Amino acid sequence: MTADAVNGTAPVQKPPATPGVAAAALHWALVTLVPILAALLLSGGVLLALGTDPLAYYGLVLQRGLLSWLGLQASLSRMAPLLFLAAGLIVAFRAGIWNLGTDGQFLLAAVIVAAAGPPLAEALPGWVALSLCLVLAAAVGAAWSLLPALLRAYQGVNEIITTLMMTFLGTSFANVLVKLAFRDPATTVPQTRTLAVDDRLPRLFGTTISGGLVLGLVAVVLVHLMMTRTAFGLKLRVVGANARAAVHAGLPVPRLTVAVFAISAGLAAMAGAVDIIGVQGNVRADWNPAYGLAVIPLVFLARFNGFASIAFVFLFSVLSIGGESAARRLGVPHYFTLVVMAILLIVLALVEFVDHRRRERMRA
Amino acid sequence: MTASSPEPGAPILALRGITKRFPGVVANDQVDLAVRPGEVHVLLGENGAGKSTLIAMLSGLLQPDDGAILVDGRAQPIASPRHALGLGIGTVFQHVMLAPTLTVVENLALGLRWWRRPDRARLAAEFSSTAEGLGLSIDPQAVTGGLSLGEQQQAEIVRALLRGSRVLILDEATAMLTPKGVEELGALMRRMAGRGIAVIFITHKLKEAFDFGDRISILRLGRKVGEIPPERLRALDERQATAEIVHLMFGAAATDEPKVGGRRRPPAPSAAPLLVVRDLSVPGQGAAAVADVALQVAPGEILGIAGIDGNGQAQLAEALAGQGPASDGTVLLDGRPIDRLDVGARRRLGLRYVTDDRLGEGTVGAFPVSLNLLLKQIGEAPFWSRGLERPEEIDRHARALVAAFDVRTPGIRTPVGRLSGGNIQKVLLARELSGAARVVIYSKPTYGLDLQTTIAARRRIRDAADAGVATILISTDLEELLELADRIAVMSRGRIAGTVANDDEARRRVGELMIGAGP
Amino acid sequence: MDGLLTQAFLTSLVLGAITAGVPLLLAGLGEQISEKAGVLNVGIEGMMLAGAYLGFLVAYSSGSIWLGFLGGAGGGLLVALLMALLCVRLGLNQIVIGIALTLGAEGMTALLHYFQFAQSYPRLEGAATLPIPLLSAIPVIGPALFDRHPVVYLAVGLTFVLAWMFRRTALGLDLQAAGDKPAALDAAGVDVIGIRTAAVLATGTLAGIGGAFLANIGAGLFIPFMTNGAGFIGIVLAMLARGRPVWVLLGALLFGACLSLTTALQVAGVDVPTDVIQMLPFAAVMAVLVLFGRRASLPAALGLPYVRGAR
Repeated sequence: MTADAVNGTAPVQKPPATPGVAAAALHWALVTLVPILAALLLSGGVLLALGTDPLAYYGLVLQRGLLSWLGLQASLSRMAPLLFLAAGLIVAFRAGIWNLGTDGQFLLAAVIVAAAGPPLAEALPGWVALSLCLVLAAAVGAAWSLLPALLRAYQGVNEIITTLMMTFLGTSFANVLVKLAFRDPATTVPQTRTLAVDDRLPRLFGTTISGGLVLGLVAVVLVHLMMTRTAFGLKLRVVGANARAAVHAGLPVPRLTVAVFAISAGLAAMAGAVDIIGVQGNVRADWNPAYGLAVIPLVFLARFNGFASIAFVFLFSVLSIGGESAARRLGVPHYFTLVVMAILLIVLALVEFVDHRRRERMRA
Repeated sequence: MTASSPEPGAPILALRGITKRFPGVVANDQVDLAVRPGEVHVLLGENGAGKSTLIAMLSGLLQPDDGAILVDGRAQPIASPRHALGLGIGTVFQHVMLAPTLTVVENLALGLRWWRRPDRARLAAEFSSTAEGLGLSIDPQAVTGGLSLGEQQQAEIVRALLRGSRVLILDEATAMLTPKGVEELGALMRRMAGRGIAVIFITHKLKEAFDFGDRISILRLGRKVGEIPPERLRALDERQATAEIVHLMFGAAATDEPKVGGRRRPPAPSAAPLLVVRDLSVPGQGAAAVADVALQVAPGEILGIAGIDGNGQAQLAEALAGQGPASDGTVLLDGRPIDRLDVGARRRLGLRYVTDDRLGEGTVGAFPVSLNLLLKQIGEAPFWSRGLERPEEIDRHARALVAAFDVRTPGIRTPVGRLSGGNIQKVLLARELSGAARVVIYSKPTYGLDLQTTIAARRRIRDAADAGVATILISTDLEELLELADRIAVMSRGRIAGTVANDDEARRRVGELMIGAGP
Repeated sequence: MDGLLTQAFLTSLVLGAITAGVPLLLAGLGEQISEKAGVLNVGIEGMMLAGAYLGFLVAYSSGSIWLGFLGGAGGGLLVALLMALLCVRLGLNQIVIGIALTLGAEGMTALLHYFQFAQSYPRLEGAATLPIPLLSAIPVIGPALFDRHPVVYLAVGLTFVLAWMFRRTALGLDLQAAGDKPAALDAAGVDVIGIRTAAVLATGTLAGIGGAFLANIGAGLFIPFMTNGAGFIGIVLAMLARGRPVWVLLGALLFGACLSLTTALQVAGVDVPTDVIQMLPFAAVMAVLVLFGRRASLPAALGLPYVRGAR
């Protein structure tokens, strides 16, 4: 019942070497692009059923999310928290852990960083304050994942449920903090104190792209290298692929499990921090962008490869930013993005299934 | 045991030209078979000969790609297990097909009309009467998970008869039984044949085939290579029958059993024991898995551990290897206690464990051969340096071992799950025997392997011991133990029931020890 | 605090516990059927939402609450059909598909609601209740327990029907075998895929009715994402109940009480922030899991697709 079942739909390794690099590339293109296209197509059908022109919608998404300079910058900035989330999910899924609590970890860390940001920025130089915020966020995330981690590592309690519960708990707790503990007395709308623009993460080279993008890229690349090149990463992958073999090999599975939760939740939490200190500046009551679950299909699509994840996160960011524009213009609310992601996940699973069957038959 | 004279009547079941293909292998190739009532028809063959696939097709789990199955003379595709049961074909599989959390009676009630209230009392009575008619006594209200494997098998046989089976298929039914249990099953088969039922008995053991069969069909690599009809079988004695079967199977006068050859040279008597185990106990669910085990092994000595599966052997091996904590007792390596050391530390001291669960525990199927060869050394130099992988070292190590142990693999990057069972075993042996192994625990090392790999594996075990490795050989194959071991201990219910020297009396005494302690 | 022991508070609490508990009960019973058969149904939250939306839509359009429940059942059934097809028949990963179905249902219902009702946000009229004579006159708990909409009684009755079914019918045994050792069930001649499909569809139906109850009886309207974890709580209930429907009932009441504490406390005049109260049911779930998580006994074949004669 562990998430090593994940490896059934998305193999940890690259697909087996088929004769010729061209054939392999074609195969990869098929199993990766077909799900994306199919998802867009089917979602377009949903739009049609709801009375909206899908071409107009997608056109607007592309235009506002990618083809306009302003939109492109916004999309690139949006990538920052998403990349951290992807990094956190890669670590968890490769180790066979279903960390579905990323939304709670994200939000709680965002609130605490939002509260701690302004005082830190006043007391300490810029870089130090921002770094401390990230460290604080990681600590918050790790702490929030401790209970599910211990329950899974030492009691074998399924983490799908515990992490989900912690998300609901975390969302409510975050709201309590915003409305009561960290409320900015100067505003009428309940929110935390706002971090001054000058104290936030610097923008890149005179654009409006948040510096968090660089941090996010670094995070994903580091996670990828850790999982594929280091002994620690290999140990995590062994636990994820075959827990019994991990025990047989003498790996300290409970301790590794807790470590995985801490790292994964810490990264998800840093996503929240990066969003606050980079773009948002504060947390309003009842704010919950709920990126966590939406990033899951992207990571599967990338077969847990860090570099591929970056590409898909970019596509999702475009969809997300463009979608927000489309919501205003065409009246299609952002819920639509959830539908696209859901269809993508299902189609991806189907494509993997067909591919697997085809490979089995070819070996006959 | 000789056969009672069966009716040479028309076959109930006939296979004509049955063929079944799987990715990469032809499991059955144009097999013809005829099954007659009142006859025990043995299907004899090595692992991989295609026996289980044939049985799966007869019981409705698989469909043949070519050929036909004739029931009572009429061609009849067997579409599902339900259909097979309806045709009167009952199967008892090698792995018990009873739901462990249900009682025997409840298992019998599976598949009845869904709104019906299962009449437990009536079913229990029916079960008991049929069981008694066969000379068996099992409590029908017992939860099947609590019964021994032998009892579960018997319950399944009674169930097949209750369903009106005219053909009873027993798939490798003796694999998990004591010598006495095997005799009882053989007698049961003969009784059923005496009642007119057609019994198909699948096995890879020549002795059982000869003892219990009326007719023997020999399968090899998917093809039927020969058949010994009842008249001929009755005319041969065991040695002649064995020679004939071997001739049919291998086409030449090969040695009859996969023996490595030559009597073992006993180790130097003055050698002090390298591994000493005292009063070892390991907790289990309910009763202790291992209780008060004491043993010792000297360098170069092979200590065999016999016993039916599930009597604590795996837990004992795991405790010795450091995978799980012991609740009591101590383990000494070279005179020093190692109880506090983990798997890695024990490994570095030379204590190795070759597990029987090759893919479930011993390797990670999706990972390449090269990494699996280092699965227990992740992070160690020179393969990792400051936590980072060093691919050249890893590859070099893998190439050397693959060559030395003759592992047949397309490459060192191939996922180990793609290799055949025999080659996965070679990977395990290569991993555990390399790098100054001093004490090696083998668990069922040749289980499920073909003949050649079995011989090669046993040779390696022998060679390693001759080179000074203190060896513990856990096996359910008595022949293997008699061939390789210097002494044989018998494990039952987590305890050592006794230890015997491997002399001419060993077979009898081991059999006695196995019965004396359990069903 | 002296407001706590008043009749008003207690009545409100018990009333709310039932109102909030019935969807949990139905979700938990449904999940229990699935899990017994060996299917880990993570998509149950999506099934409830689909049932809530469709239930509301039908009730609003037709003016009949009963038809609304039918619609709710249909909504849950639709999502369950997808799950049965993808996971039971094709054998795709149950967790991945479950997450996808939940995400998709969340998005679709929110989307549909936006296009149809976002401007008007209509409400349903209160549904007629069915008072049980004599019992409903008992002070405090009478009105709360015995003067409710018939679906409440049906849900409680279903608990005992299921308990009987699990233990006393051949179907119950088949279900247990499907989750314990599907190969044994197959060898006994029962269609494993068929049993599991039926189980998943039953779950969807029950979850859908639960969702419809939440929307039509509990709130009187539909709000996107309104289930707010009720389906997942249902999974917890099923996991902890160890195969006994009565435990699901007790658990649902407990968590329902937690959920209804906000309103009850307001009635009692105690001013605790809503968000703090909203944390309570999830905190209670975590506490229960910490205390009893290890004892959750799950069928051996849970989460694994069944393939006949798999090599």
